[in-house]
Amino acid sequence: MSASVLETRDVRCTFSVRQGLFKPKRPLHAVNGVSLTLRKGEVLGLVGESGCGKSTLARMLLGLQAPTGGEILFEGQSIGRLDRASITRKIQTVFQDPYSSLNPRKSISSIVSLPLRVHKIGNPADWQNQVERMLDMVGLPRRVYHSYPNQLSGGQRQRVAIARALIMRPEVIICDEPTSSLDVSVQAQILNLLRELRQELGLTYLLISHNLAVIDYLASRIAVMHLGRIVEEGTTDTIMRQPSHPYTKALLASVLTPEPGLGVPATDLGTSFPSPLAPPPGCTFHPRCPAAMQVCKEAAPKPRAQADGGMVECHLYT
Amino acid sequence: MSAILEVRDLHVRLPVAAGELHAVRGIDFTVRRGETLCIVGESGCGKSMTSLAVMGLLPRRAKRQVASLRFDGIDLSSLSERQMSDIRGNRMAMIFQEPMTSLNPAYTIGNQLAEALTRHRPVSGREAEQRAVFLLEKVGITSAGDRLRQYPHQLSGGLRQRVMIALALMCDPALIIADEPTTALDVTIQAQILHLLVSLQREFNMALVLITHDLGVVARVANRVAVMYAGEIVEVGTTAELFARPMHPYTEGLLRCIPIPGRTRRDEPLGSIAGLVPSLIGQQHGCGFANRCEYVQDACREGSVLLGMEAGHAYRCLFTPEARRPAEVRS
Ligand SMILES: Nc1ncnc2c1ncn2[C@@H]1O[C@H](COP(=O)(O)OP(=O)(O)OP(=O)(O)O)[C@@H](O)[C@H]1O
Ligand SMILES: Nc1ncnc2c1ncn2[C@@H]1O[C@H](COP(=O)(O)OP(=O)(O)O)[C@@H](O)[C@H]1O
Ligand code: SF4
Ligand code: SF4
Ligand SMILES: [Mg+2]
Ligand SMILES: [Mg+2]
Repeated sequence: MSASVLETRDVRCTFSVRQGLFKPKRPLHAVNGVSLTLRKGEVLGLVGESGCGKSTLARMLLGLQAPTGGEILFEGQSIGRLDRASITRKIQTVFQDPYSSLNPRKSISSIVSLPLRVHKIGNPADWQNQVERMLDMVGLPRRVYHSYPNQLSGGQRQRVAIARALIMRPEVIICDEPTSSLDVSVQAQILNLLRELRQELGLTYLLISHNLAVIDYLASRIAVMHLGRIVEEGTTDTIMRQPSHPYTKALLASVLTPEPGLGVPATDLGTSFPSPLAPPPGCTFHPRCPAAMQVCKEAAPKPRAQADGGMVECHLYT
Repeated sequence: MSAILEVRDLHVRLPVAAGELHAVRGIDFTVRRGETLCIVGESGCGKSMTSLAVMGLLPRRAKRQVASLRFDGIDLSSLSERQMSDIRGNRMAMIFQEPMTSLNPAYTIGNQLAEALTRHRPVSGREAEQRAVFLLEKVGITSAGDRLRQYPHQLSGGLRQRVMIALALMCDPALIIADEPTTALDVTIQAQILHLLVSLQREFNMALVLITHDLGVVARVANRVAVMYAGEIVEVGTTAELFARPMHPYTEGLLRCIPIPGRTRRDEPLGSIAGLVPSLIGQQHGCGFANRCEYVQDACREGSVLLGMEAGHAYRCLFTPEARRPAEVRS
């Protein structure tokens, strides 16, 4: 097993939010004790539904959001002790929305070269050269060098975002829903690009998505997140073929592949939708879980190791 | 099965700064009573403009031109706005992607559901409320009586979309047009809502036009499929036929782009379609897919390409799949 590049230990992020003007502030546990390991050269898929804390976790890994608890280690060193600049040299990101993540007033050349200028890397005379090499690498024509983001399509903008991430020669790229806002024909181009770049450059990815079919295609391991916690983790084969957690099973059943005749499965999840501001007691999935038992309403399940090196957090397995 | 909706040669044009944008370019389709037709295509291909044109809800500046537009025997193209609003929400209902475009934040769920019925039918408020409770229970909302007094913002996104479905059903419509009804929802909730829509469509024997960009949804829900590209329908057929034997190069390409767990090889690249959708501003010539098609020939760029008929499965291409040859020079 290869060495860990990034590791979180019981990491937490609690926001204090007000629901109405005169209402008191309440704690929102966006990330509620997550322990994950990203190993060198692997693609770890992180899947979960809106608001479960995926982006908050990503922002903490990037050093953009301070954890309110727990610890994050980069190559064994606590990130709190490393400076921001050295983190961004090693960990880069590609965000979901190629429309808002690029500054509309800057040309593509200045967007892609920005990290070099900020970190004063290399010789300024060589920057143009490097930008052009990156454009080639992500499959953009060199003529977009002087273009602006609004002159490019969604897929081209996402290629710009990937070029900007790669120019730092990072070890880890955190892709937060890199294809969610793209059409499928463009999504396929970007997934192919991410796959090729990983092979060529030996990159390590954390791939965040709500689409298990996308994760299945690229990831070697999958972590399933629900209301701030990882509820199951395992190899892609285990998660996709023999999932244990009822939430993973529901996510898998909800993947509507283009296979006619299968219909839309009934998931038996009911209509309640737990709020992250007032999470249900016990297992936070219990109001929707078709397998819920009395104990699930009373006590939170503890993580339990699985045979393939993964883990599951559910009373059915304790 | 007889037709509930017939659309012939529909065009929608929008004036934009650079000229006239031809959003829908002469499409024909028929929806039969009790069936589900899915209209599928990528963003900007004209799906929403098509549904809004049928409903008479296009933006003010948009121009609609249609040879024939018939719903349940009525010629919709000749109706006044007032006559149209008697049909909308009554025999023909619409569900949008964002429920808040149809729900008024200032009124309770109960008021809005009841109003949808009393507006079109001579019933008492009490009867309207009974139907509202009946339908809320149908769409899987528990303690429906209490929900009537709640406001839209007090509900989660999934619950709001359920309320929208109940709202559409209030007058027992013969046709529902749903434009991306689950696109904004989480995957588990999307599956729940689609499951619900399909079972209600069967129970009430309604026709359903489901508009989506997701071929996975289409495969699981549709009886028949129309594939749209750049303002035209490029292929239409039964779901089984179209997925088993896609005839148009675009449909074929699109199906290769989608990773399917258990089927797609992880060590091989996904299929993809190079290039970009053409600009629809100004006069269009030849096949709309020519600039991305791997089989393009000189003839494809001239004149217009008609929809070739083949036993209920039609496609808009100059060549049969057997007669296609790879293009000599790719641009
Ligand atoms: N700065 C903030 N202040 C207060 N609450 C926040 C903040 N950022 C995130 N949250 C809340 O934390 C929770 C997790 O948010 P996060 O953006 O991490 O979810 P996500 O899993 O990325 O969702 P999505 O799939 O929609 O992107 C949500 O309930 C969100 O509203
Ligand atoms: N209000 C509008 N003004 C100008 N152009 C518009 C307007 N609404 C849509 N369009 C254009 O019309 C075309 C079709 O749009 P639409 O029907 O919304 O596509 P879809 O629903 O398939 O994504 C697109 O090119 C879009 O940019
Ligand atoms: S702990 Fe109980 S409620 Fe939670 S997922 Fe397991 S069975 Fe369901
Ligand atoms: S008409 Fe020509 S360009 Fe158009 S789809 Fe057929 S082969 Fe391709
Ligand atoms: Mg997010
Ligand atoms: Mg639309």
